[in-house]
Amino acid sequence: MGNPILFIILAVIAVAAALMMITSRNAVHAALFLIVNFMTVAVFYLLLKAPFVAMVQVTVYAGAIMVLFLFVIMLLGAEKLQGVNYRTLFGRVVIGLLGLALIVTFALALLGVFGPAGVEAATIPPLDADPAALGIRLFEAYVLPFQITAVLLLVAAIGVVVLRPRNKGEKAE
Amino acid sequence: MEVTIEWYIALSTILFTLGALGVLLRRNAIVIFMSIELMLNSANLLLVAFARQFGDLDGQVMVFFVMTVAAAEVAVGLALIVAIFRSRRSINIDEVNTLKG
Repeated sequence: MGNPILFIILAVIAVAAALMMITSRNAVHAALFLIVNFMTVAVFYLLLKAPFVAMVQVTVYAGAIMVLFLFVIMLLGAEKLQGVNYRTLFGRVVIGLLGLALIVTFALALLGVFGPAGVEAATIPPLDADPAALGIRLFEAYVLPFQITAVLLLVAAIGVVVLRPRNKGEKAE
Repeated sequence: MEVTIEWYIALSTILFTLGALGVLLRRNAIVIFMSIELMLNSANLLLVAFARQFGDLDGQVMVFFVMTVAAAEVAVGLALIVAIFRSRRSINIDEVNTLKG
């Protein structure tokens, strides 16, 4: 499932970008760090032999969604943020609980609760993950969920139209 | 040393925890949305890793549905943020508490 050295380098970049994202005082910088994180995750998809998912990750997530974020940030002129204040009681409790959850999950993973530890992916028949196989799976086994996502996107589009800002004289129907 | 599924579980958990921290500690609605994207993304990474582990394409198909829902959520959420900003001149979620019981 990838070269260990490559994995460690990419993991360090991904975690560092995520950390910078949640601590950045500038919203534009936060969005750009999130794009770095998405790109490293796309490389992980390539390592996991999912090239089509990797390309969709780059075009949809790093492309479309983050452009929308940057557009809204600049439209509102809301770049300046207040920093994180984690020295409150709430901040300490949140950090403590999430850290505990992280340690427990690590312990469970290392103890092999999620399956026998160290199972090598090579022992499993290789994944036929070219886009054609993925498309056949999507349009045969998952055709109904696929249709439902079309309705979901339509509802989202209608919702955005309903939420549009109105001018003063215009009546809210 | 081989990269096993545990490495991916560890990485995905760290990213998810950072996203949860961002949602709970930041006060800016846009950064909270970006943290939610981070959490969805870490779940996607684990889905693809397990799809590879078990040689099954279902995990990758699931990632597409997660991405669709994320895109719809971002579109509606950012429209809401713009509407709130126009009426209140601020997107600090501590100031948007009128619905509080």
